Amino acid sequence: MKEFLGFVKKEFIHIFRDSRTLVVLFGLPVAQILIFGFVIQNEIQDVRIAIHDKSKDPVTFDITNKLLSSGFFRLEKYLTSEKETETIFKTGRVREVIVFDDDFAETLKREGTAGIQLLADASDPNSARMIVSYTQAIIATYLKELNRDHQLPLIIEPRVRMMYNADLKSAFMFVPGTMALVLTLVSAMMTCITIVREKETGTMEALLVSPLRPVQIIAGKVTPYILLSCINAVVILILGYFIFQLPIRGSLLLLFGETILFISLALSLGIMISTMSKTQVVAMFFSAFVLLLPTLLLSGFIFPIENMPKVLQWLCYAMPPKYFITILRSVMLKGTGIAEVWRETLVLTGMLVFFISVSAVRFKVRLQ
Amino acid sequence: MVSININGVDKSYGQVKAVQQASFEVPGNCLFGLIGPDGAGKTTLFRMITTLLIPDQGNISVFGFDTVRDYRKIRLFTGYMPGRFSLYPDLTVGENISFYATIFGTTVKKNYHLIKPVYSLLEPFRDRLASNLSGGMKQKLALCCALIHNPKLLVLDEPTTGVDAVSRKEFWETLHQLKDSGMTILVSTPYMDEAARCDRIALMQAGRIMDQDTPGEILSKFRVPLFEIRANDRLGTLEILRSIPEIKRAYLFGQYIHIATDSERHGAEWLKTQLSNRGIANVKITPVVADFEDCFIDAVENYTTHRT
Repeated sequence: MKEFLGFVKKEFIHIFRDSRTLVVLFGLPVAQILIFGFVIQNEIQDVRIAIHDKSKDPVTFDITNKLLSSGFFRLEKYLTSEKETETIFKTGRVREVIVFDDDFAETLKREGTAGIQLLADASDPNSARMIVSYTQAIIATYLKELNRDHQLPLIIEPRVRMMYNADLKSAFMFVPGTMALVLTLVSAMMTCITIVREKETGTMEALLVSPLRPVQIIAGKVTPYILLSCINAVVILILGYFIFQLPIRGSLLLLFGETILFISLALSLGIMISTMSKTQVVAMFFSAFVLLLPTLLLSGFIFPIENMPKVLQWLCYAMPPKYFITILRSVMLKGTGIAEVWRETLVLTGMLVFFISVSAVRFKVRLQ
Repeated sequence: MVSININGVDKSYGQVKAVQQASFEVPGNCLFGLIGPDGAGKTTLFRMITTLLIPDQGNISVFGFDTVRDYRKIRLFTGYMPGRFSLYPDLTVGENISFYATIFGTTVKKNYHLIKPVYSLLEPFRDRLASNLSGGMKQKLALCCALIHNPKLLVLDEPTTGVDAVSRKEFWETLHQLKDSGMTILVSTPYMDEAARCDRIALMQAGRIMDQDTPGEILSKFRVPLFEIRANDRLGTLEILRSIPEIKRAYLFGQYIHIATDSERHGAEWLKTQLSNRGIANVKITPVVADFEDCFIDAVENYTTHRT
């Protein structure tokens, strides 16, 4: 045990003395989450919309004014028929069309509820989601003002329709995706590199001749990274929650459990790569191609898997981050429990067992 | 008592035969030197002794333990200092030592008496990063790290390479002190002059053990007359010398040419006549005593001629 602690202490010294490692460990996650976050946020500004006002009454004018004076939207055109909606979306001149139902003010006054249709061009799902939620927020604020003078609460029911990508496949993807990316990077790449570094500097020779068992060497190497990865996961969640209002609807315990499972998986992957590379450069390339690119491209983080060719889709099923992202999305956004994500959890566990076995077989108690 | 027994060991990396049919014994409590140029296979042999590599053929036993079967036991009592001093450059001197102490399940305090002669020189630099040490200091630190768990066997792979002359001298003195305390020390070096500092040596070249004995015996095996000449056109002279059948061997030796003739009958006078007959006059011919480099060349030549 003392040997193990000594080893862990040494690893921490390595980490904290190397400014580059520190940047990758702590700067990168924060930078990534902010970059991904703000790229999406920036799109809400002067978004061009079209309005189809079938009612043309004081209430619809008020709402239109509120929307246009908010700074988020700019009116491109008043539409006069349903047909025009389709045409104007096709030209790409507007990203959202707002349709007020017939006799809007009348219905609101009489029945206490009125309908409004929000049609958004969801071919860019993230911004579509953002645009619609902004529109809804503005309408809700207006409604609150209106309700102040009424005894009975009035309701405006926005009927949202996402055109071209109805269920918003990658909305709010960036936080789970970044989390998967950062954890893969920190856990797998960093451990892989630190193990290979010992081979390269020749210190592995001395470690192997010592009475330490391979398990102790590996455990000593990865423990600091498990801790740091957990810290990173928490930082990402906090940033997502407070800066980007990402909801965490499911159980925190489940979320952490799954995160630790994924961290272990990434670590085992890193260890496996380290047994296959002799130099840090090889390890870097290996990690970049085996870990980074697939995490970015084949996990559904950036590109929806459903739109890929069949062959690539199969490849996606072999990517650990895909399952982790699915789990994160379900637990965080939909608030599901283990009952809904047990399949993914099982796949990740299976992968973990596989990688650990391969590494155990491949990790030599001697030099090659 | 025999501490290491190497028995018909072969090791190849693909096509390259790094070690071929190596056999020798290292007596207990002995400072044993493995002498040979770079690429002779010294490191490979040491890695097999320290259980890091498995021989393709043959076997090695260390204090009675087989290096393949009982490798864990051997690792408990072996101190190994690899050729590239296995230090962590981003750890300080003190941190390096305490790390190695911890992984061997001991503490610096407990075995301080062992490393004291060396470590006392390093103590002023306790908080300096290992990467900022000079070659000599790195060597001392690496030795401390290999010694910290009080090993029975100390294996040092080219510990004096890249280290200044003064540090080298101090280093050999330290090794003798350690040997006197009961350790068996196996050390490799490409410097022929360091052979004299060992109790026993083995000469290694191209993966083979050419000869092994005490340094004195190795020197006394050189029985033919040896001369040293200085010539202007060294390569031309060398070619002429090699065409004379009575000259057993002629080779460049620093700025000089060393010439070994086949018997006492062909001495300095005879050599002078031979040279002037071939148009080389006014050379100073000095009889010299063979040193380890001459002996090494001799051993290599003898080994090759006996084999073919």
